Amino acid sequence: MASLSVTERHLGPQPFRNYELGIAYDEMFSAPGVPREHYKLLYDLLLALPAEEMRRKKQAADLSFLHQGITFTVYGRDEGTERIFPHDLLPRIITSSEWETIERGLTQRITALNLFLKDIYNDGKSLADNIVPKEMVYTCKHFRRQMRGIAVPKDIYITVVGTDLIRTPDGKFVVLEDNLRVPSGVSYMLTSRQVMRRIFPELFRASGVRPIDHYAQVLLSTLRALAPEGRPEPHIVLLTPGVYNSAYFEHAYLARQMGIELVEGRDLVVHDNNVYMRTTAGLRRVDVIYRRVDDDFIDPIAFRQDSILGVAGLFNAYRAGNVTLANAIGTGVADDKALYAYVPKIIKYFLDEDPILDNVETFVLSDEVQRRHVLGQLDRMVVKAVGESGGYGMLIGPHSTLSEREEFRRRIEADPRNYIAQPTLSLSKAPCFFDGHVESRHIDLRPYILYGDKVTIVPGGLTRVALRKGSLVVNSSQGGGSKDTWVLH
Amino acid sequence: MLSRVADSLYWMSRYLERAEHCARVIDVHLNLMLEESSDSIDRRWLRVINALGLTSEPVTGDTYGFAQAHGFDQITGCIMQARENARQVREQISSEMWEQLNRVFLEVKRMNTHDVWDGQPLEFLSTVKESSHLFQGLTDSTMNHGEGWQFIQTGRYLERAHATSKLLDGHFREFRQLEELAMDSNVHMEWIGLLRSCTAFESYCKVYTADLKPERVAEFLLLNSEFPHSIRFAVDQIQQSLEAIHETTSSKKSGRVAKLAGRLRAELSFTPLDEIMINVHEFFETIRKQCMQIHSVVHQVYITYPVEAALEA
Repeated sequence: MASLSVTERHLGPQPFRNYELGIAYDEMFSAPGVPREHYKLLYDLLLALPAEEMRRKKQAADLSFLHQGITFTVYGRDEGTERIFPHDLLPRIITSSEWETIERGLTQRITALNLFLKDIYNDGKSLADNIVPKEMVYTCKHFRRQMRGIAVPKDIYITVVGTDLIRTPDGKFVVLEDNLRVPSGVSYMLTSRQVMRRIFPELFRASGVRPIDHYAQVLLSTLRALAPEGRPEPHIVLLTPGVYNSAYFEHAYLARQMGIELVEGRDLVVHDNNVYMRTTAGLRRVDVIYRRVDDDFIDPIAFRQDSILGVAGLFNAYRAGNVTLANAIGTGVADDKALYAYVPKIIKYFLDEDPILDNVETFVLSDEVQRRHVLGQLDRMVVKAVGESGGYGMLIGPHSTLSEREEFRRRIEADPRNYIAQPTLSLSKAPCFFDGHVESRHIDLRPYILYGDKVTIVPGGLTRVALRKGSLVVNSSQGGGSKDTWVLH
Repeated sequence: MLSRVADSLYWMSRYLERAEHCARVIDVHLNLMLEESSDSIDRRWLRVINALGLTSEPVTGDTYGFAQAHGFDQITGCIMQARENARQVREQISSEMWEQLNRVFLEVKRMNTHDVWDGQPLEFLSTVKESSHLFQGLTDSTMNHGEGWQFIQTGRYLERAHATSKLLDGHFREFRQLEELAMDSNVHMEWIGLLRSCTAFESYCKVYTADLKPERVAEFLLLNSEFPHSIRFAVDQIQQSLEAIHETTSSKKSGRVAKLAGRLRAELSFTPLDEIMINVHEFFETIRKQCMQIHSVVHQVYITYPVEAALEA
């Protein structure tokens, strides 16, 4: 994706001696040596503080992450090695007007996607009207025919959403993908804020940063709002796959912050279409499950039979309306990478509005015209398998070899439904602190959207950063880290 | 509290207690062995192997080597199990507890049995003992003394009562017969060793002076209500914890568990020593049986109860 041919050494003051401006949008500088207004306080601080002091702050922050046990699990080696989440010292700053656009845009998008989910599992009007090709929905591996005709509380399918945004070279935020199943990372947003408040107290006060600490409370009341009818004091639990899951830290953290029980599949039993939790004082009925287990694994009777993480009979209890699952089952169909291309049309169809946040231009390869266009210029495209995530099954055209491209050409022609293509993008860059000086790195942004009685987005999100120089991969498993995200008043 | 959580807390504490007991018994016997003729060495380690339950098979040949290898495995295995159980309920225990357990886990993980026995076995053993003591202190001072803590107590003291009874049993079988003969210096050392295996030597001396008599040792380790490593003390703690759990969970069935512990406690409180001494082995065995019974009823009532039964209640 990177074509940083036009790089220009930024000959700024000492801490910025290695700072480069390229074609990517730079979050901090509008021109060499000229910081944007909302980055001015941070810029001045970086000039004023001796490198030694910055190193001390960095150490204090690292130590704080270590002590809080803020870790993620890396799969593959040594079954479940825990690692500290890499964290950059400098905040990513977003102005209130930028945030206002993001907030309106995401609210619009999530509202439309939720209506779309309700439609495809009930009346199917949007399919009949050819807004989205029927086959695309029915062939999606996350489409759950079992969900047809099932009423979900308040018609809310996607309660917790994490949508990935990137910034194009002209400074516009666009949506890269939606995560409508079990998005993770919000605990890093919350814990990194706690650390940063201690590291930069003065900067915090002077900048006027909007708080995010009420996230857990909002999540709890969102879940409460979705309880089955007639349960004024619903009993809410968080269902985790267990300690070996890469996001276990987050599950435990959120459960603790909300004051709800953290349960595993083996803690729950279904009897007579009611869900109970095994406690030392006997069985206790469960009303709402914030589940962090994928559809496939949630009920071995209804879905994958080899799952040992789920609860037998849970789907029947859900269908009977005796328990709420958040998110609902089958939401993955709306974050399919091929369906993504239709989201602008979905917004127009259901809300009769133009999208506030644009998509990245996307070619659907099951469409013959688009396929021919893409195959003609594979070396300039990023090709993604629709079912994969985390950077797997991907071709980055400009960085690929001829034989890789030929391999993808064969795969696309064999199964076009399974692939989409996008032009190579340049993510925006933000300053990061490296042992005494500041360099720029590519970043994205994942705000978290909660949808219960209404849509709530806490002002902030997880800014992921590709800490390796020149890299565009922000995934934590591949050298990515995070930054605290400040939305200003 | 979730049944799974209660179960993990119980086993975390039980395994750590087992590691500590095992380390202390081996430590004491390594010391005793220093001044010993080689012909009794085999019998000593056979006794240790039995007391610690290192194997259920008959052991022949090099019992010392066997005890070393299996003792090491037992200690490290228990620490790993304790840590694994803690990991399952990490958000339920204090971070101080987790860090302490994780530290000793990392320490024993990098050792192997040869390095330990060829190098500084006593250092290894005292690391284990100290870590366990530290963990108990942290548990008592950094965790809520609520239901979870009561399960931790139950696990620890059930293990202690069971293991101590087994240790006493083997010792009395070997040395009580010798009582009529004058206590020679070797036998004397063995009784001191028994007390040390229960961290009891100093406390015993404060109560009875250094005059060692098998009956008094039995009385002290079985019936003393103030000494934390006596069986009576352990059973008192078990009963208190089970009563407390019964109060929190307040089901009819949980009353049954507390009553079982109450019965064992009554036996230890009201059976006269001379009656016990008539058939001391049977008495030890009764204690172990009742400990196992309490263990399985705790599991039936709080952890693995059948769903149907719970719905009827």
